[in-house]
Amino acid sequence: MESVLGRYRNLIILMGVLFLQVLGLAVQVKKGEGHDTRLIRVWALGAITPFERALVWVQTSTGNVWHNYFYLRGVRAENRQLKEQIEQMRLEQVRLSEDAAQARRLQTLLAFKEQFISKTVAAQVIGTSGSDLSRIVTIDKGENAGIRRDMAVITADGIVGKVLLVSPSLAQVLLISDQSSGVGAILDKSRLQGVLRGTPNGEVVLERVMSDEQVQPGESVMTSGGDQIFPKGLPVGTVAKVGTGKDLFLTIRIKPAANLSKLEEVLVLTEKQEREAVADDHVRVRAADILAQRLPSVPDKPATDATSTGVAPGDSPAPAGTSPAAKPAGTTASNAAGVVKGASGNTVAKSAAAVPVQPGKPTAQTSSQTSSQTSAAPKPKPVNKPSTETKPESAPAQPPTQPSIVEDKPTAPPIQPDPPPPSQDNSPQ
Amino acid sequence: MPITYTSGEQVEVYRFSLPVTIGVPLLALIVQAYVPKYFPSFAVYVDLPLLVTIFFAMARRNPVAGLFTGAIIGLVQDMLGSREIGIYGIAKTVVGYGASSLGVKLDVENAGARFLVTLGFYLVHSAVYFTVARGLVNSTHHWSWSRGVLAGLVNAFLGVILYFMLDRFKQRT
Repeated sequence: MESVLGRYRNLIILMGVLFLQVLGLAVQVKKGEGHDTRLIRVWALGAITPFERALVWVQTSTGNVWHNYFYLRGVRAENRQLKEQIEQMRLEQVRLSEDAAQARRLQTLLAFKEQFISKTVAAQVIGTSGSDLSRIVTIDKGENAGIRRDMAVITADGIVGKVLLVSPSLAQVLLISDQSSGVGAILDKSRLQGVLRGTPNGEVVLERVMSDEQVQPGESVMTSGGDQIFPKGLPVGTVAKVGTGKDLFLTIRIKPAANLSKLEEVLVLTEKQEREAVADDHVRVRAADILAQRLPSVPDKPATDATSTGVAPGDSPAPAGTSPAAKPAGTTASNAAGVVKGASGNTVAKSAAAVPVQPGKPTAQTSSQTSSQTSAAPKPKPVNKPSTETKPESAPAQPPTQPSIVEDKPTAPPIQPDPPPPSQDNSPQ
Repeated sequence: MPITYTSGEQVEVYRFSLPVTIGVPLLALIVQAYVPKYFPSFAVYVDLPLLVTIFFAMARRNPVAGLFTGAIIGLVQDMLGSREIGIYGIAKTVVGYGASSLGVKLDVENAGARFLVTLGFYLVHSAVYFTVARGLVNSTHHWSWSRGVLAGLVNAFLGVILYFMLDRFKQRT
């Protein structure tokens, strides 16, 4: 017996070690999710990541020296290019803020609740799993920074994944390209919803879209919010290829918006807020209001009380769709609105200033800013000083952030000494 | 100390200092986790912990030491990933045992033998890994011969270079 044990000693030990590992695997598979292995994984990460942190530090330091001292060629040209880009984006923002306001009004009507990203934590990627079969990255922030399991991780380009494992100073992020991940997604144009999954070879596919649907390559994919991890509307990627899958579903390959293979910095969404959309009805701009603004010759009803129609300096937003912040430099409140004398000889604020409409939503602001500011902003008051008084020309110049209304407005003379008799003719002059 | 005689030739048994025994596998794991951050293909085609396992197993020529070396390195590699712990552990245990058993019988000191042995053990490792992953863990990994053989060749080439570098740390018993 002893000779048999001695003879097959190595083989017996091998079988014993393999058996123990298979047993451990079976336990993990049965319990699922890997919660029981959290501690041991944290230990392993704790042993490996200090070295990775050191490598990242050395690399970052070297890179900083290069970028800060040796790589400044072309910065001026790049700066100029970026400024041009900002101007283009401002114009685009004006248009989008109008769309957003309209969407909010519709959401209010439908009592929709929106999810807003209220807090993020920036983290640096310091390592990977080292295996192509497990697509995760390690970031240098953990519980101490407020990161918790199942928080969404994004970049400026799009979503990255979710937090899988957290230790006090580290976290592991499961990428959307891992085959065990799943994200609720929606196609931007066709509004078809599906589930985003990773494949064993690291690709990302959108599943659960019926094969009789039409999906075109190049279409954008956004998060649907159905997974309760990612807020709705974050960019996921674009459709790269559409093929027929199994069980009457399409297999849609997605090119992720974020470069998952070369992640440097990521943002962890540590706080989301869910609130109902608030539409600012009192700042709604009707076509008639805009038309009224643009018709400086339309006479107003004579003001009965000149004092009540005045605006104290710095008191209220500029009338006729011009907020102080959005007003071009040198444009005064009164000449922007136009000022006419009433039939009685009193000068009154003209057109939109005296008309009780509030088109003064600063269109160049972001939607959140617009929401908060316009809800708090008082309705434009008529000027309470003699309307011939203009603001000093030395008023601080403001960026022209509201081109659509202000710039198109005819520059009516501030005072029209002889106003025409009241007329219903609204034709432009 | 034991010297194994195979076909009339002496096959030497080596040992390593404690810093090398711990430091080299640790360094392999760190590099394996760090480099794919910049070169994602590295994780697909290179398995440094496997190469280190093969090297130590062949140099020590002790099956028990080899299988434990493989088991420990594989388990740590599992811990760094998101999959169940034990898949790499089982695969590398088998490789460690096999490499050390082979090292007892064959002279694997020359480059050609090392290349072939590494290529063979890479394929064994992949086969065990996929068998365990599909059979025990219900994974959906697909085996690709072209990718497997290419990765095996890459690992074998790297292994030959790495083994000659690590030969400096060998200590004769």
